[in-house]
Amino acid sequence: MTLEPYLLYALAGVGLFAIGLEALIARAHLLRKILALNVMGTGVFLFLIAIAYRSEPLADPVPQAMVLTGIVVSVCATGLALALAHRVQTTTGRMELPENDEFDA
Amino acid sequence: MTLWDTAPWLIWSIVLPLSAGILTFLFRRAAPWIGIITTLGSAVSVAALAGQVTHAGPLRYSVGGWGVPLGVDLRADGLSVLMLGMSAVIAVAVSVYASRYFSDSDATDKHTAQAHQRAYFWPLWMFLLAGLNGLFLAADIFHLYVTLELLGFAAVSLAALAGKRAAVAAAMRYLLVSLSGSLFFLFGVAILYAAYATVDLTALAGKVQPGPLAWSALALMAAGLLIKGAVFPLHFWLPPAHANAPTPVSALLSALVVKASFYILLRLWFELFSTVVTPAAASFLGLLGAGAILWGSAQALNQTRLKLLVAYSTVAQLGYLMLVFPLAQHVGSALTAWSACIYFVLAHACAKTAMFLAVGNIAHAAGHDRIAELDGITQALPLSVAAFALAGISLIGLPPSGGFIAKWMLLQAAISSGEWGWATLILAGSLLAAAYVMRVLWHAFTQVAVARPLHRVPRTMEWSALALSLLAVLLGLMAARPVELLRSGAPVSIHAPGQT
Amino acid sequence: MNFDQWLLVFILLSSFVTGLVIFFLKEEAHRLRTLANLFGALLKVILVGVMIAGVQANHVYESRLELLPGLDLVLHADAMSVLFATLSSVLWLVTTLYAVGYLEDEPHRSRFFGFFSICVSATTGVALAGNLITFLIFYEILTLSTYPLVVHRGTEKSLQAGRTYLIYTLSGGALLLLATVWLHTLAGPLEFSLGGTLAQVATQHRAELIAIFALLIAGLGVKAALFPLHGWLPQAMVAPAPVSALLHAVAVVKAGAFGIVRVVYDLYGVRTAEDLGVLAPLAGVAAFTIIYGSVRALFQDDLKRRLAFSTVSQVSYIALGTALFGYLSTIGGLTHLVHQGIMKITLFFCAGIFAHTLGVHKVSEMAGLGLRMPWSMTAFTIAALGMIGVPPFAGFISKWYIGLGAVSSGSYWAVAVLAASSALNAAYFLPILHAAWFRKRQDPWPADHAHGAGEGHWMLLAPPLATAALVVAAGVLANAPFSPLEWVRFIAEMEYGK
Repeated sequence: MTLEPYLLYALAGVGLFAIGLEALIARAHLLRKILALNVMGTGVFLFLIAIAYRSEPLADPVPQAMVLTGIVVSVCATGLALALAHRVQTTTGRMELPENDEFDA
Repeated sequence: MTLWDTAPWLIWSIVLPLSAGILTFLFRRAAPWIGIITTLGSAVSVAALAGQVTHAGPLRYSVGGWGVPLGVDLRADGLSVLMLGMSAVIAVAVSVYASRYFSDSDATDKHTAQAHQRAYFWPLWMFLLAGLNGLFLAADIFHLYVTLELLGFAAVSLAALAGKRAAVAAAMRYLLVSLSGSLFFLFGVAILYAAYATVDLTALAGKVQPGPLAWSALALMAAGLLIKGAVFPLHFWLPPAHANAPTPVSALLSALVVKASFYILLRLWFELFSTVVTPAAASFLGLLGAGAILWGSAQALNQTRLKLLVAYSTVAQLGYLMLVFPLAQHVGSALTAWSACIYFVLAHACAKTAMFLAVGNIAHAAGHDRIAELDGITQALPLSVAAFALAGISLIGLPPSGGFIAKWMLLQAAISSGEWGWATLILAGSLLAAAYVMRVLWHAFTQVAVARPLHRVPRTMEWSALALSLLAVLLGLMAARPVELLRSGAPVSIHAPGQT
Repeated sequence: MNFDQWLLVFILLSSFVTGLVIFFLKEEAHRLRTLANLFGALLKVILVGVMIAGVQANHVYESRLELLPGLDLVLHADAMSVLFATLSSVLWLVTTLYAVGYLEDEPHRSRFFGFFSICVSATTGVALAGNLITFLIFYEILTLSTYPLVVHRGTEKSLQAGRTYLIYTLSGGALLLLATVWLHTLAGPLEFSLGGTLAQVATQHRAELIAIFALLIAGLGVKAALFPLHGWLPQAMVAPAPVSALLHAVAVVKAGAFGIVRVVYDLYGVRTAEDLGVLAPLAGVAAFTIIYGSVRALFQDDLKRRLAFSTVSQVSYIALGTALFGYLSTIGGLTHLVHQGIMKITLFFCAGIFAHTLGVHKVSEMAGLGLRMPWSMTAFTIAALGMIGVPPFAGFISKWYIGLGAVSSGSYWAVAVLAASSALNAAYFLPILHAAWFRKRQDPWPADHAHGAGEGHWMLLAPPLATAALVVAAGVLANAPFSPLEWVRFIAEMEYGK
């Protein structure tokens, strides 16, 4: 079976998603986690673009619109995550989630 | 037809909170008033929408007149109207509570922290409400993703509002969880689009067939929704996030935000993937629910802090919702299970909000929420203790309450389909809930002197908690009409073959 | 407004609204609170009287509320519900009076009387319930409203007793809920009607109905203190005397017994129950409890605990009368529901007086009590003799009928149980009477609040005298038109179709 071009990109998207997921779970440093989330997002976007590329002769606009929206959401998410991570560092002194959270009122 | 009948009430329930979000950001002084008026306005538009849907059936609305596939459509049917109604009622109560909670004037050295919280609570809360209403009205799965993300951002920011170490850490964890869940969901959306070239819920409902693409989409989307909905064993982020947030935020998170993910799961399972789901998958979800009920209740019994106890109670109660999946597999009991599940969502929202508000009052008055030391203060706050007790009655499932009606229907579904395991689990869960509720309540009866509160608790705060708990009880007496509506609006896969 | 539809709701509301009002009264508003209490109690008795008159004139009183499609909350006044409702409202009136006197100067009275009133509303709801789901709802409300009464004192023992109480009653409630839902799925919404409605279903689902019966009896047996579900009752004695009086004579224990009566007569129907073979095990458990309770009572020195075990034993008479298939034993069982109520409440009232005025809690401290407190002790004596079954007091009538019923249905073992139990009753009551009347007191009283003279507040004394008079009347005037006995005869006739 010949590997159609878009399939290659789609599989790459899946791969990126998986790599990002592994890093999200395995890495402790908050910046790495945030980066991992971005990689996961990129994977999904790549998958969507590959799907858009599938139709002939013009690429399907709907997945592209979805990716654009997704990028916007991703940027906001990253911004929020970075701000929170900074706050974590200023209050706990470390750029990692505390192991056992104390729960103060 | 009057203006009332034809106006697009659909869109107002999203636009009002959205504008209020901006307005409350700009006009900080007037923020509580803007907030309360907006929630009332939103409630009115939901009521009008309910009228429209009951008369004319499900509605569809194209935002901006564009139409699919380029524009966004909104859809309102019986289930979305009920969810909107639930969030409208909770929204009004919490807004009233919050207007007094954040303006408590006897904070002295905490002045800047309080002002900070007050300034950002209202805009974030309004955006959360907009996202929530948008989610319940979504007609396609991508729109679900967007509103889910918006909801998540607002919720995370609200959870971090207290600013302290534990709150910020819990919010960070919540954000990471939320984002990963959304990405799983988005991947599922992408796969569905790849397979069927549409994202519209109604269109997909007819097209999805069993196959590897559908299975993987279902698995991914379910995984994402389960983690966002804090279903055991992916519930680890919920207790710290809910316990460390300011009281009104905890109430919103437990009552509304986690329910949004569950709502999407319901829609997907029963409308989209109805031909794809297997009894094994349903039983698996049911087992997760069983784990949630047992583990969550056990953890609640072990807590020393009141807010954590209530948060673990949420984990346990969410487990009951999972039971709809295995119970709806049997044709005879599917309709009952469906009605039970939705009614449970409604009753739990009222009861859990009331409980968090009452607990917030007690913690505010005492300056702490260590359960063992609450004896004196509970006797100084009879209204809040009464609210806690009534909310507890609904959570346990004792009559008369909405929780009792929901449990009755769940038991009916379980017994009529011969599922004795689930029936025993439901009853065991009730007894465990009774154990952790009484664990708190007996402190109100001990022989100590009535303690003087550290901070005065405004009447509004006590009464809003009590009012909601009374509503939770009243839901037990007025269930007939809503359940009838639920039954007539249930998805096609729920009805027996041959019925409408 | 259709009066027939609302009367029963008003009867419930008369005490419920009173309770809510009392909750909001300040602790210091003694007179207002007493006024509210007595007003509510009197109103209730009047409304019940109206109901009795109406039922005699063939009015049908029924109120319905749709809970779920196909499931209604039903209040219905039939002969049995009128019987129980009258008992509870009359006894509530006297207990309210007693409680006002007893709890003078104690804290948290508004809380107490608020829950007290709600408890009575729940009991009335149990009495007037027209189907099993309504019964269940009010049964559980009863559990919830009596907890604060049991733990009222707030001591470690009270809280422990409350915890035990809840564990037992909530578990029982869960079993009851399971049985109710199961029955509902099998047979649809079932309303109580004399003769029962399950005959048809019984032919197809024998095994399930037997299992459901077992679950129902287990759930009801907790409150009715059937062995081995009675464990909460003696511990609950730490509650103040008015609570013990109410719980043991009127509310909780009777609700359980009443439930058993309803299940056998109005849900299953006595013929269907006999047919399914479930009556014999019930009779067996009841008989065992009768003996067990009496034996345990013998060994208790604490007066209230002795009375508690006596309750455990006596309430099973009702279950025994119900379980023995036969017109006469039915009469006996149902009559005992009323008679035991008035006798036991008298005993608890007196026990409360002894403790409150003289600090006497134990049987061994009761020497010479008759000379010191002749009036209370007379009431106690009358009630005790009634419990033993001495004619012409009330207890004799009901035991006689149960015995007759046992003989006529050939259950001679039941007669032996009755005889043994009466002997045991004598064994644990007569020594008290002897010590009180015929022994001279050597030591001073443990804590003499009345300073050597008088028996205490009139509010404490009047109720037991009134109920003791009822004990005498119910026995002596048993054949009069409106006596409990005649009423019960009427019910039994309808049940057996004679």
